[in-house]
Amino acid sequence: MFVAKSIAADHKDLIHDVSYDFHGRRMATCSSDQSVKVWDKGDDGEWHCTASWKTHSGSVWRVTWAHPEFGQVLASCSFDRTAAVWEEIVGESNDKQRGQSHWIKRTTLVDSRTSVTDVKFAPKHMGLMLTTCSADGVVRIYEAPDVMNLSQWSLQHEISCKLSCSCISWNPSSSRAHPPMIAVGSDDSNITYSGKVQIYEYNENTRKYAKAETLMTVTDPVHDITFAPNLGRSFHVLAIATKDVRIFKLIPMRRESANSSGPTKFEVQVMAQFDSHNSQVWRVSWNITSTLLASSGDDGCVRLWKANYMDNWKCTGILRGDGSPVNGSGHAAALSAVGVPVAAQMVVGAASAGRLKHSMLQYFY
Amino acid sequence: KQEVTVSPRLIPGAGFYQKHLGFEWGPGDLIVYETNYKLQGPRSAGSPSVHIVRRDEDICSPILRKLFSESHLIFVGLQKIKEDVPSKNKKSQFVSISKNYRSVIRACMEELQQNAVSTQSGSLASQYGDQVSILLAIELIWNLCEVLFIDAAPAGSLLLQLLDWVRLHKSDVDAKAREVLQSDSPAQHQSYWDVVISLVLQGRTDEARQVLSKQASLRAESSSVFKRMDGLLQTMPIFNPTGTQTLTEFEVKWRHWHEECDRCLQDNTFASNRHLETICKILVGDEDTLLEQKELLSTWYHFLVTRLLFTHPTIKPPDLHYYAQSSMNMFLGPRASPEPLDIILLSAFEFDLHQVIKDCSIALNNWWFVAHLTDLLDHCKLLQSHNLHFGSNLREFLVLEYASGLFTHHSLWQLAVDYFDHCPEFGRVYLELQIERVPLDTERKAIKVLRICEDRQMSEQVRSICKIMAKRALRNNRLGSALSWTIRAKDAAFATLISERFLQDYSNKGSFTDLDLLDNLGPAMLLSDSLTFLGKYREFHRLYGEKRFSEAARLLLSLMTAKIAPRSLWMTLLTDALPLLEQKEVIFSVDQTYELMSCLEELNSGTKHSNLTDQDEDIESTKTELLRLALARNLTMAIVKEGTIET
Repeated sequence: MFVAKSIAADHKDLIHDVSYDFHGRRMATCSSDQSVKVWDKGDDGEWHCTASWKTHSGSVWRVTWAHPEFGQVLASCSFDRTAAVWEEIVGESNDKQRGQSHWIKRTTLVDSRTSVTDVKFAPKHMGLMLTTCSADGVVRIYEAPDVMNLSQWSLQHEISCKLSCSCISWNPSSSRAHPPMIAVGSDDSNITYSGKVQIYEYNENTRKYAKAETLMTVTDPVHDITFAPNLGRSFHVLAIATKDVRIFKLIPMRRESANSSGPTKFEVQVMAQFDSHNSQVWRVSWNITSTLLASSGDDGCVRLWKANYMDNWKCTGILRGDGSPVNGSGHAAALSAVGVPVAAQMVVGAASAGRLKHSMLQYFY
Repeated sequence: KQEVTVSPRLIPGAGFYQKHLGFEWGPGDLIVYETNYKLQGPRSAGSPSVHIVRRDEDICSPILRKLFSESHLIFVGLQKIKEDVPSKNKKSQFVSISKNYRSVIRACMEELQQNAVSTQSGSLASQYGDQVSILLAIELIWNLCEVLFIDAAPAGSLLLQLLDWVRLHKSDVDAKAREVLQSDSPAQHQSYWDVVISLVLQGRTDEARQVLSKQASLRAESSSVFKRMDGLLQTMPIFNPTGTQTLTEFEVKWRHWHEECDRCLQDNTFASNRHLETICKILVGDEDTLLEQKELLSTWYHFLVTRLLFTHPTIKPPDLHYYAQSSMNMFLGPRASPEPLDIILLSAFEFDLHQVIKDCSIALNNWWFVAHLTDLLDHCKLLQSHNLHFGSNLREFLVLEYASGLFTHHSLWQLAVDYFDHCPEFGRVYLELQIERVPLDTERKAIKVLRICEDRQMSEQVRSICKIMAKRALRNNRLGSALSWTIRAKDAAFATLISERFLQDYSNKGSFTDLDLLDNLGPAMLLSDSLTFLGKYREFHRLYGEKRFSEAARLLLSLMTAKIAPRSLWMTLLTDALPLLEQKEVIFSVDQTYELMSCLEELNSGTKHSNLTDQDEDIESTKTELLRLALARNLTMAIVKEGTIET
């Protein structure tokens, strides 16, 4: 059985993003009310809001955590054309007693001329690097050379994508076989440049990022993009939220000559394509082991996708709001399946060994 | 083929104000929230909530946890069975392991059943009951797989084992039989004939005779009929696998008996008693009569085994599927369609192992079962390895799935480690990925996680975890803790940073903290120059405190001459030398004094700091003068001392 516990987020406006920290013990939410809130999971398993502060002068679109090796660091990006980096300061003892912590702004990145649509930290093996993308079509990569001084960031790379960008994703692989790679999605409706996903790769020799691949088959606006964790594979897996959910396999091709410069060439295959949302898909995200992909669409559903051992993908779960106003109780409420009230469900699966239903031995992961 | 359609789960309190659902993966759960992805649009009127969706850690969990930990032990034991032992010996080992797994499942079931019975709440009882029925199904399938695949019983034994299987899973017969026998007048009991027939259907002829004897004593006039039936039941041949009789001999004997039963029917021997007539028809394996016993049989597979018992007791494994399919069709009839469990059992009877596993994965959505069963079958060398796109096999896929699920659990994650260890292709990389995410709530837990990584030479994970702990300690100003984590992480840059903080602390407070740690750095000191200096500097202070002045002096000098000390601290060191210079005894030798002097001059010849205030510059030059004086005085005394001949 699934249960859902609701937490009153207390934002005064729409929540646009929620982000768990690396260990899943802290959470950050950001909203059109221009603020970010940080939540901590107590020993009792309950979430408490430990910080809430105004971060921008416009809607905050995304919020993301840096790897805990760099400390307690957040980045946010906003309609106000800026991205910001925040660090938690260990507070006075009476703050700790009240369960409050303080976050201070370390830097504001003001290079974008338009709304900054996504902000992501690069994989930790690259150091402390922050990436933004904007509606002005530029992806910016910043680095903090001194990880103890988060107020110094330098703009290392500016990648001009020619299309308004909506999302970015770093390839998490730290394998030396793969140079750093970033995928950029565009929600531009421009038809001249039809491929809406671009993949850039870092070149050790030129010390620059060069375009390695454009996914020409993705012609509709892309709203979200995400690389799967690598898990020792020789190829890369990329999920895309566009008018449907699409999963691509990118197989690096062997270089013809040992010292050929230029980015890796890829063979691109479609691993799966799902149009069950029947509408625009807005978000896609892999779980930690890349065994499950979740997607969210215009149909108001979150769908879970899984591949079996023969690599056949299918939908293994669907979540949807029940359309009722906020559940004020805060208690964990069991989720009913469509059309079957919860109590009835418990009876339905009972009795003889002949009936099978979802086992509680299955953990949701 | 079987497809499980998914129906949406509804989240209460979402979807009223905004129609989109945002989400984010958590450890073992999913956060969901109302939002609007079309960034322009109506503002939110309500106060938005976030919803955390997860599997219900529910009432059955403590009991299921036992299942997980006990099966973990069996799993690990199984992996240790050596490859080089001949397979004949191994079969009995594998059967025994299979039985172990099943007994763990049964123990779990019993406990759940007890809870179901004893609980006051109706809904809790249902939850327990649901879980019991799932485990019942699992054990049923597992048991059949053990009979057919692991034990791989040949003709003769096969039927006997299938009978055992049916008997084990139809325990209500025993309860009914007890009820009847313990009643005042068993023969009059309304379930009397049901019990007799049920026992016959299960091939339990001796017990059937025992119950029948209750009837016989009452009706004297029909006792001969009962004696006849008793005779038939008594003489029914049962194959003895360990005996000397061959299968062919048994078959001949059985055929004779079968013909005798048939003769009784033809002679209308039992015409006077319809129950006995029914039993006789069962004994000859009359299909229609068997089907009439649908309610007593209750399942098609009981029907199958009974049918085989009375028509083909020497059934060979490859012929099983034909009877299975027809039995199922006959029993279920044209209207009913098979349930997922039926399909799985049928695939087992067809010896289609891969189909069994596939269907179990889909229908049961239960990784524990398919992972452990497949692993056992793989050890029996029963699975051909399907090459998956990334080269792993089915067993590894399932074990990885199971273990990944375990990993999100706050205490069971440690069991998962062993499972990953026994996945040769991807176990390591999965473990590396997931172990980093274990929350490092306490130092003890961090050390537990670290030990696991260190044992497996996962150096990057070790480094990362230590770094996280060091950073956390530093944030909370626990310098000693930060330093030991940094040393464990072998992070030179961070070690430098922390050493500098120590020295800063020292210059603020005048004393060192964490003396134990600093005094026992050992070779770890070499991690960074700053750390080496810190350790040695502390050693200097210690030597001074122990009044081992000449050793202290030598050390102090070497810190400068060997360039261990950063230039910025030379003045501090020289100032530290003052008390040594001012002792009554001469401590620094002539040569050492000359070296100190040159250090002092080297220091003064360097570029002056322009940001010193006039006051500071005054202090600096006063210090320098004091030092020069002390050094000169020491030089004098040292020359005299060294020049004096002891007489």
